[in-house]
Amino acid sequence: MAIDMAQFHQVFFEESFEGLDAMESGLLNLDLGDVNVEDINTIFRAAHSIKGGSGTFGFTAVSDFTHVMETLLDEMRDGRRQITQPAVDVLLGSVDCLREMLQAIQNGGEIDNQSVAEHKQALDNALNQTGISAGFVPESENPPAALAVTTQSATEPQIDGWNIAFSPHLHLLKTGNEPARMFRELATLGELTTIVDLQGVPDLYDLDPEECHLSWKLNLQGNISAAEIDEVFDWVEDDCDLAKLPIYSSVTAIAPPEWQDKADEENGQNAISPLVKAVVAVQNETNDKDGKKEETKTAAGKGSSSIRVDTGKIDTLINMVGELVITQSMLSLIGEHFELNKLDQLKNGLSQLERHTRELQESVMNIRMLPISFVFSRFPRLAHDISSKLGKKIELKLIGEHTEVDKTVVELLSDPLVHLVRNSLDHGIEMPEVRLAAGKPETGTVILEAYHRGGNIVIEVSDDGKGLDKDKLRAKAIEKGLIAEDTILTDKQTYELIFMPGFSTAEKLTDISGRGVGMDVVRRNIQALGGNIEIISELGKGSTMAIHLPLTLAILDGQSIAVGDETYILPLGSIIESLNIKEDRINRVVGKGETFLLRGEYLPIIRLHEIFKVPNVRAIKLTDGLLVVVEGQGVRCGLFVDDLLGQQQVVIKSLEANYRRVEGVSAATILGDGSVALILDIPGLVRLANQ
Amino acid sequence: MTMTEAPENIETQRLDKNGLQFLSFTLGKEEYGVDILRVQEIRSWEPVSRIPNVPFYEKGVVNLRGAIVPIIDLRERFQLGSSTYTPLTVVVVLQARIGDKIRVMGVVVDSVSDVVNVDRKTIQSPPSFGTKVSTEFINGLVSVNDRMVMLLDVDKLLKLDGVDDDDES
Repeated sequence: MAIDMAQFHQVFFEESFEGLDAMESGLLNLDLGDVNVEDINTIFRAAHSIKGGSGTFGFTAVSDFTHVMETLLDEMRDGRRQITQPAVDVLLGSVDCLREMLQAIQNGGEIDNQSVAEHKQALDNALNQTGISAGFVPESENPPAALAVTTQSATEPQIDGWNIAFSPHLHLLKTGNEPARMFRELATLGELTTIVDLQGVPDLYDLDPEECHLSWKLNLQGNISAAEIDEVFDWVEDDCDLAKLPIYSSVTAIAPPEWQDKADEENGQNAISPLVKAVVAVQNETNDKDGKKEETKTAAGKGSSSIRVDTGKIDTLINMVGELVITQSMLSLIGEHFELNKLDQLKNGLSQLERHTRELQESVMNIRMLPISFVFSRFPRLAHDISSKLGKKIELKLIGEHTEVDKTVVELLSDPLVHLVRNSLDHGIEMPEVRLAAGKPETGTVILEAYHRGGNIVIEVSDDGKGLDKDKLRAKAIEKGLIAEDTILTDKQTYELIFMPGFSTAEKLTDISGRGVGMDVVRRNIQALGGNIEIISELGKGSTMAIHLPLTLAILDGQSIAVGDETYILPLGSIIESLNIKEDRINRVVGKGETFLLRGEYLPIIRLHEIFKVPNVRAIKLTDGLLVVVEGQGVRCGLFVDDLLGQQQVVIKSLEANYRRVEGVSAATILGDGSVALILDIPGLVRLANQ
Repeated sequence: MTMTEAPENIETQRLDKNGLQFLSFTLGKEEYGVDILRVQEIRSWEPVSRIPNVPFYEKGVVNLRGAIVPIIDLRERFQLGSSTYTPLTVVVVLQARIGDKIRVMGVVVDSVSDVVNVDRKTIQSPPSFGTKVSTEFINGLVSVNDRMVMLLDVDKLLKLDGVDDDDES
């Protein structure tokens, strides 16, 4: 039966991108002075999975390319090659290249063969360099016994063959692995002799044909590297006991018999078990590590609409639904034979229902929450690349990576954040010599921090660089004709100049930043998410960009207000206060526009019933209704309404899905009685009032 | 499979190819039709939430099983005078393809009359009245039991309400 492989492609791509992320972060975290073998193993494994997967799906370009990477990594892993910064850089470049290849395949595009060839060449060059290890000595790090075996192969010049003891666990066949196939593969490496051990086979009566009771002793002749053998057993190493001993030309006579004696004596499996255990232990450890990495490092594959959810979250959800069903059946029982004395029971049931619904809602929303590390994880690489390109010394600190945000927010946030971090790295942090001259540490620090505050998530990008120069900003804005020469600006307003389209402070354009298209897009994107961005800066000390975003885009804390017979929702976050106005505090500007005095500030009054042309209004005189003082995008005003109704959480429904944008309205929601209420948009209302 | 069945199948296929079904409804004394495949459901009138600062014939929005759906009064849209709404007033919920999206909208009509089968060949192109009478939403005219039914182009009808301002933004 032909299986449609295409159905697995999406999974393969997701896993591959995850693998690439793991490789990338693994490479970046490599401490060249003190290399941890397991870090390299992690990277190697990721490369190997991609190679295997792409081979399976017939993406030969990818598997060929990965193979070269793997070879290089393998030599590093075995300690045959010293790990150098240039080599790491080549590998990082290859990770990028691989990612592009995979994206090209995923989107049905063309692979950029030239770039692939260049990277392959770089890898080959790295391979051909005589970086064969002298300095990298894993023994100095007390490597486990198993590793000593593999490294031995590197130091001993001539291997004549291998003795391999292969004892699969019972479930090996169920994992889809076939020993015969593996032996065939081994046979391609050299001359193979297999001895099968039938001792473990039970009586026919007890035999489960799906279990593997056999074990083998293999003798492989030829000059073969340990890695080549490892590769054959790579998929089964968790499902078997495996030991391999090299046969050296000088010691051939001694080693195998000794091993064989011991093996015979203790019945194969036991003989090698101390060694095997060590191997298994190391490998398990690495696997655990892989697992953990995967959990936190799920790829944010572009345009992918799937989401990885913690099983714990789903379990909670299922529990909740269970409770809900119980409550529902209880209520229907009460409803079937309702008498007045059951009123209390009914009320109880209803309040339970309410609680469960709310909890259910919360946990459903929780499923969409992803840790912000999805966005943050790409920045170490960015910092690494930019600092090496510009010759700056930069330390990037990530704080609060586990802060959870709605998936949509995470996706839309990444581009603006890249802009901000780039700006900090490129414009903010000075060159090392400038920093030293200014009495600052040579290494600049960029901090990326995320935390919750109220119903918002705050993300701050701060650097200890040169800060924003107010005079320079002002001069630039005048030069570009963005403001008039005599405009009076507060500090805050001056900083906000950088968000104006066509404004760029970089004296010369670099390919990193400075095209003057960034910041206005950044602000627009963030405002589109219902958030805002704020700048705090001190000349010579550094600057901080703080992004405030709502936690989720789907639910809003709202205040319902009444105007005439209509109900509207104001976002609770935009309300500063509400008050009854006294006649003597109302002033008229040019006879028409109304303002009122609030703590020394004249605020314009917007009559909602006028701009929305609401019929049947109760309060026409300002003293009859309520003024709600609201703020949106830095604009404050008093919104005149009939009455305040109540606060509630509302589910945001798009008005544009079937209809269109309406000025002054950001979205709609459905009230408890099933009717639709509009959610007001303060800046839009102000624009309407000004027309 | 017998030989006799084959010609029959071809015959019905040909009919399907040329045959169209329209839902006909009345507005005042005029009769209109919309492609039945565009009709999602028929509902009775229920109070709408008014939308501020939109043309008078866009009556507002309702909650249609969780989706916010605009309601348009076709009588007012075609300037056939206004009507009073009772629970017997009919709202036809239509699906329009605008751009690459499907939008759902309700139109208020006086009453739904029938589903009519129309042979594609019998559809006449709408006459031109210059600028005096707008015939831009009318795809064609057919005669059903000697009555004239005007076939509406749902996409145009709902698009001209300025609903699609994606292009502008």
